[in-house]
Formats: sequence, structure tokens, C-alpha cells
Amino acid sequence: MLKLHDISRRYGDLTALHPLDLSLDSGKTWVLLGPSGCGKSTLLKIIVRLVVPDQGTVEFDGQVVDQASAQAFRQRTGYVIQDGGLFPHLTAADNVSLLACYLGWEKSRIRQRMSELANLARLPEEALARYPSELSGGQQQRVALMRALFPDPDLLLLDEPLGALDPIVRRELQTDLRDIFRRLGKTVILVSHDLHEAAFFGGQSLLFREGRLVQRGTIADLIESPAEPFVTRFVTAQQSTLDPEASS
Amino acid sequence: MTRILWTVAALLLIAFVPFPWRSADLTNSRVTIGSKSFTESVILGEMARHLVESSGTPAIHIQELGGTRLVFDALLNGEIDLYTDYTGTIAEEILGFEGPWTLADLQSALADRQIRISQPLGFNNTYVLAMSRQRAEQLAIETISDLKRHPDLALGFSNEFMDRQDGWPGLKEHYGLPQHSVSGMEHGLAYHQLNLGAIDVMDAYATDAKIEIFDLKLLQDDRNFFPEYKAVLLYRGDLERRFPDALESVRRLQGNLSEPVITRANRRVEFDGQSDSAAAAAFLADQFGLQREVERQSAVSRILQRTIEHLDLVRKSLIPAILVAIPLGILAWRHPALGQLILGATGIIQTVPALALLVLVMPLIVWLGMASVGLGSVSAIVALFLYSLLPIVRNTYSGLQDIGREYRESATALGLSRRFRLLHVELPLATRSILAGVKTAAVINVGFATLGALIGAGGYGQPIITGLRLNDTTLIYEGAIPAAILALLVQGLFELAERSLVPRGLRSQTVS
Repeated sequence: MLKLHDISRRYGDLTALHPLDLSLDSGKTWVLLGPSGCGKSTLLKIIVRLVVPDQGTVEFDGQVVDQASAQAFRQRTGYVIQDGGLFPHLTAADNVSLLACYLGWEKSRIRQRMSELANLARLPEEALARYPSELSGGQQQRVALMRALFPDPDLLLLDEPLGALDPIVRRELQTDLRDIFRRLGKTVILVSHDLHEAAFFGGQSLLFREGRLVQRGTIADLIESPAEPFVTRFVTAQQSTLDPEASS
Repeated sequence: MTRILWTVAALLLIAFVPFPWRSADLTNSRVTIGSKSFTESVILGEMARHLVESSGTPAIHIQELGGTRLVFDALLNGEIDLYTDYTGTIAEEILGFEGPWTLADLQSALADRQIRISQPLGFNNTYVLAMSRQRAEQLAIETISDLKRHPDLALGFSNEFMDRQDGWPGLKEHYGLPQHSVSGMEHGLAYHQLNLGAIDVMDAYATDAKIEIFDLKLLQDDRNFFPEYKAVLLYRGDLERRFPDALESVRRLQGNLSEPVITRANRRVEFDGQSDSAAAAAFLADQFGLQREVERQSAVSRILQRTIEHLDLVRKSLIPAILVAIPLGILAWRHPALGQLILGATGIIQTVPALALLVLVMPLIVWLGMASVGLGSVSAIVALFLYSLLPIVRNTYSGLQDIGREYRESATALGLSRRFRLLHVELPLATRSILAGVKTAAVINVGFATLGALIGAGGYGQPIITGLRLNDTTLIYEGAIPAAILALLVQGLFELAERSLVPRGLRSQTVS
């Protein structure tokens, strides 16, 4: 269980996140939804402590994540960003195994885990020897996912992981991601501004606006019983492109 | 991490392991002679060296060490044991005497500083003002007083003369000279400026061979401004105790030189293409029947030796600069407040003119008891070291600063430690920028190392300053061309290094 207690964050005059209490059950996929600048990415960064909250605590499985415990927590957490954040000076394989090298894993263990994950992420073996600049956008995100999953984390955080991909690749990866999430049964928190994507991954969504949590529920809840007029505006603005099958 | 330690160790080894073919430091077992940056001083230094060696004592002559101040300070500091100077220079420039003085006055004033002065060597090399004969006759100028009638004349004086009490400031006051167009220039160049008509009047030394060659008119010092400049030996008080035989031998010069003799020696070097050493030996043979062998170095072995000296300066300054500047750049990046200080300080060093930096560093090196002048000059190395810092510090800093936020955050979010992130993510990402900084520093270093010759540190600068002194363009090329080639080689070397050091994934990117 991930618990946020009275978390808030300001940047100068701008309040990125108003005080927030939140608890998210383990083993499920959660989508943080909302227009850009609504505080959803900040929230994700606060969870891994890339951003330190002005106040409040983050607790995961009963343990508080603070400065002292942050590094250990990060090692049990996967984090993927929009462009993958792959290190350009390392091959895909070296990117994926960097944490394992730091932790001093044995070579054979690394190799074994690598091929497991390549299978899971459907990445061709030969792509592992390439540098990020030599990979397609979709492949880069697959490598980034492998890197995040390498230490078999309890928690997976994805910040608009498909935001930079073209629609076809995006759809393919969405499907793969959904399968992986289901298969692994991990706690997944995914940031998206796309209602369509949130509906596709299913489960609970949390809609944010200007640093505040506006509504929590399934996409159907958002559509049928909006908490405030903004929810309806957000939904209708995207509904025309909504896949009727996925939103059911 | 171990790889880094090995690299540092290897670099330090390259920087400081003595070249096997360089003789060990023998400062205490030999007589060190100095000379100023003009031919006569160098020839007299060579005479002294031959005489010391003929007494069976090893000697080294640090040629063309610089101006009066620098050479005299080197004597005071014990970096040289002996050099020749002139009574007027000693009185006015070194001791600051005003009014009349005698040799005995100089003797007692110098004794306070543990410096001894010999009897005069036998010639008076006074300052004179010179004009082209044609121009002087045209304007009917015979004496310095006559200059008052021509306020529009352009005067060009050696830089030392411009500043000296017994130079232009005193002369101008003594005669009430009205000229405003007065410029300081390198002495050797002044003859050419005069010949070209760019200046009308210059300062010269009475025994200058060029006076005769260029057929110059010497203006009479009709109101006796210039004091006597009798050549004498200046040496350290402890020389008598340390090397009595050597001193006795050098003292044979006392009273045995004359104006025509020294002028002839000057002429041999400046116009007949003899080496300083050969001209000195010729005199010793004539005067004392002393046969001295003059080493003749082929151009190739000379350039080779200069190359070794030059590389020695470069490696001892550049490698430590790399090892210090990269950590400084990292520190500046990690701690922004400290970073401003570091970047500011290295930036300020860079604004100090190279020569001034050299002179500023020297007292510190002397105070630390290290060799300030001569081959292996720590001053030259420290100045070059300081000069090489900025490009590397700045490029390390900006290379790290420019790393995309997504890479820094991804590395942090992975759960890597700060040190691991620095070594495996951040520094590799900054490699191109850091190497570009090192390359810039190296090329600057190779160029500035030529200035080391100004304080006797050798290298490609040596033929350049000798070439300037003798107005020998070939000799200037002998220093300038290898220096340029070395700079290009260094540049090429770093481009090769870039290929192997920059991670393959980064090579297609451009450095900002």
C-alpha cells in the first residue's frame, strides 16, 4: 500500500500540489490523469523523492520514504519517463543492467534476467547491443521498461511513457504494457493526460486539476457522475476520440 | 574507481618521472652563471663559464635570463652565483643612488646584501643616444642638447631605458627635452625602426657592434647625464669559500677587456654568425692563450634538445592542471556558491598577462626555496599550470551542467549512489566537453611555454629570444615552427584521444 499523508509542494508563487492525502492499494494499476501542469508528474516525482515535498510524508508498505531511505526505496521502484531517459553513452544492455552492476550482481544472474525481460518486453536480442540513438522510439521505451523492471520492483512509476510515440507504435506498446502489468501484478502508477489511455489500462483513475485531486474512480465514474463541471469538460474534450470498446 | 586511480598514477608518472637523458640537478656542485638578454652580457657569461671550467669546476650558464632586476634578484636568491653588470646600472638601477658615487660606495652597499663586486673589467659601456648619420647631419645634430631644437623627432627606446632612473625619465629632465613621441620597443628591433626611418633617435650601448654596422651617429652627452658604466663581475659572497679556484680564474677578466675588444666580440656574434661561446673562446685564446673547446651543436640536436625542454615544461604543468581542474570543475558544479568562486578565481588568473603571471609567481617560488629560474624552473611550470586551469575547469563545469535533466533524474531514480552516478553517468556524459577543455588548455600551454625561455627555462622560446637579440630570423623560425608543429600535434593527439575516450553513443552529438 502506498500512502501519501498531507503532501504539498510549491515552486515559488506557484502551488504545484495542494495538501493531499492518498492511499493506493498494491497490485493495481492507477492512472494519474489531468491536463499538463496539473501536478500529476510532480506527485510521481515526490513519490521517488526526485522532488522533496514541502510537507507531509510518503509511506510504502508501512515504511516512510525519507532522505535516508530514499535510495533503498528507489532500488525497489521502477521509474520510466516520456523519452525513456536512457543514457546515450551506454548500450541498451548496459542501460538495463546499470543498477545490477552497482548492486554487484553476478554476470550470469544479469544475463538470465536480461533475457527474461527481453522476452517480456518483446525486444529483439540484437537490439540490446545498440546505443539508444540507434533504436526506434518504441524500442527505446521497451528498453526503459526493462531497466525499470530489472530489480523486480514492487512499484512501477511511469510518467507519460508513450507520450512521444506515433499512434501505431503507441497502440502496440499500450497492449504490451497492459499485458505485462496484468501478468506481473505489480502496483503501477501511470501518468497520462489522455483519457483514452486511462480507459485502456482500466482500473482506477485520479483526475487532477491545478494541483488538486478532483475526482477518483473509474473512467465510467468520471463520465457518469462527474464531481464538478471541470470533469465533464475534461471528458467531453477527449470523448470524440474515445474508443467505445475500451471505455466500457 | 580503480581504473581512475590507475589513470591518475600513470599521468603523474608521465608528468614527473625525470627524462633519463637529462642530467641530474647539480646546483650545489657547480657554479651557476647568469646573463642578461643582450649579446654582450651573454658573451661575458660565456667567458666566465669557460674560465670557471678551465679551473676544473663544473659550470652552467643560464643565458638571456632577463633584465637587470630579474638577474640581480636571481643572484640575491642564490639561483645564480655570478654575472656581469655595469657600475652605472648598479648604482642607479639597483641601489638607487642619487648624486655622485664611487666604486667603493657600490662595494659597501652591496656587501650589506652579501654580494661582492670585482674590479672593473676594463671597458665602459655607457648609454648613448644614436641617430642615423644622414638624419643627424641633415638636422645638424651633434649633441643631446641639440635635440631640444627638434621637438617633433620620434624617439624609440628599449623598454628598460624607458623606466630606468638613468634612462629616459632622468635624461628628459636633465636636458629639458620636449619630445612627445617616445615609444618603448625591443632593443634589437629599434635598429631596424631607425633604419626604416620610423624613429629618429634610439638608445644604444657604446660597445654595440650595430653602431658601426648601421653607421650611426652618436650624440655627445654634452651635459654629462650618463654615469660611467664600467663592466664588473657581481658574485655571491659565498663563492669565494665554495669555489675559490673558479673565482680566481674568472677574476682574470679584471682589467683585461677594452671597448674595441668587446665591440669586436659583439660583432663576431651579431654579424659574423659566430656563437656567443665561440666569440668568448676567441677572446680567451687571444688574451690568455687559453684553448677552450666550443661545443657545436647541429641544428637537429639543438631542436631535439629544445623539444625535450619544451615537452618537459608542458607535461609538468598540463598534467597536474588536468588532475586539479577536473575535480575543481566537479566541485564547482556540485556547490554553486563555491563554483562561482572557483570559476571567478580561475577566470581572473586568465586575465593576467602571461609574462606578468610569470613574474608574480617567481617570489613565491623563491620563498618556497624552489628553483625559480633556469632549466626546470618551477616558476614557469606553476605559471603554465595556473594558465591551463580555466579551460578545463570551465568545460568540466559546463559539460556537467549541460547534462539533460532527464538523465540526472533517471540516474537518481534508479537508486544509484552519488559517486556511482558521477563516475558512470555524469562524467561520461560530460567527456566531450571535458576533453575539448583539455585540448584548448594543451594548445595554449604549448604556445605559452615559449615564454619560459624568458626566465631561462629553455624550450622553443630560447631560439626565439636569441633570434630577436641577434636579429636572426632563421633562429626565430627554429623556435616558432617547431612550437606551431607541436601545438598541431597536441591538437591531433587529443582528437585521437577523443575517438577512444568518448563513448560511442555520444560521438554523433555535438558539444555546445
